[in-house]
Amino acid sequence: MTDTATAAGRPATGAGPDPLVIAGQEFDSRLIMGTGGAPSLHVLAEALRASGTEMTTVAMRRVDPGARGSVWDVLRENGIRALPNTAGCFTAVDALRTARLGREALETDWVKLEVVADERTLLPDPVELLDAAERLVDDGFTVLAYTNDDPVLARRLEQVGCAAVMPLGAPIGSGLGIRNPHNIELIVEEAGVPVILDAGIGTASEAALAMELGCDAVLLATAVTRAQEPVLMARAMRDAVSAGRLARRAGRIPVRRYAHASSPSAEK
Amino acid sequence: MDVTINGERRQVAPGTTVTEVVRSLTRAERGVAVALNDEVVPRAEWARTAVAADDRVDVLTAVQGG
Repeated sequence: MTDTATAAGRPATGAGPDPLVIAGQEFDSRLIMGTGGAPSLHVLAEALRASGTEMTTVAMRRVDPGARGSVWDVLRENGIRALPNTAGCFTAVDALRTARLGREALETDWVKLEVVADERTLLPDPVELLDAAERLVDDGFTVLAYTNDDPVLARRLEQVGCAAVMPLGAPIGSGLGIRNPHNIELIVEEAGVPVILDAGIGTASEAALAMELGCDAVLLATAVTRAQEPVLMARAMRDAVSAGRLARRAGRIPVRRYAHASSPSAEK
Repeated sequence: MDVTINGERRQVAPGTTVTEVVRSLTRAERGVAVALNDEVVPRAEWARTAVAADDRVDVLTAVQGG
């Protein structure tokens, strides 16, 4: 697109291009989607299109001979990059095996690394996670690590070579929002790699908040796929992420305890 | 001979290749990966890799998740 076309086609916001860059790869969309929980592949496809996402996670499971259609076909038909995850892994050894299968099946060395501690909370197991991250990086993977909202663990993951850190807002699928915004801000302040808020988002305002806190992107699935109207919620999330990013770049006003007149004082 | 395919015990003819095991489960040409006794078998080696008695073969694909 030429400068002239840009000037003619867009409102003069002064925003300019603002790509998300992960491991040298540029994305226009800062919303990464998951695919779990959608009522059908058809609804999923419509929701993904409405979200504007360019990268979407999938899980690796045993082939079901009776399955009709495939999520990978949906992604390919819509030009969306597939990001295999290691969901369901509890140890570094499990995660490495699952990641290698994802790499072979989906022809990508990118992986969303998930190593959880238990089924009830699905919280990341920090010890296994860090071990897994190191092994995967050594094995040539581009690792996007799902992690706790722990600034120290995020730093350690970056140090072992993760391409992005993905702190949770709250447990997977909980819709509890961002329970510790202060820690997310600390992670953002220190990180030299993209920070992607992953898990916990329930509605649009929470996705916007993640971006206002300085996250580079948001990853969500359940908030869209289990919404009463997944396609509408996907659109809402697209706008929320975009608005939150603009607000972050614009720089919010300081919070004051008392009023600060926005009209000139009247002389009477 | 007996092998375990995706967790199920099954009888296959001696000399059965990984390609044949995959085809017995899915017609998908891409988006599938195979582990033979937990080790990934690259697609290029499927046709020349035969399964042996008591092998565990896992055939995986991408599903909704994450």
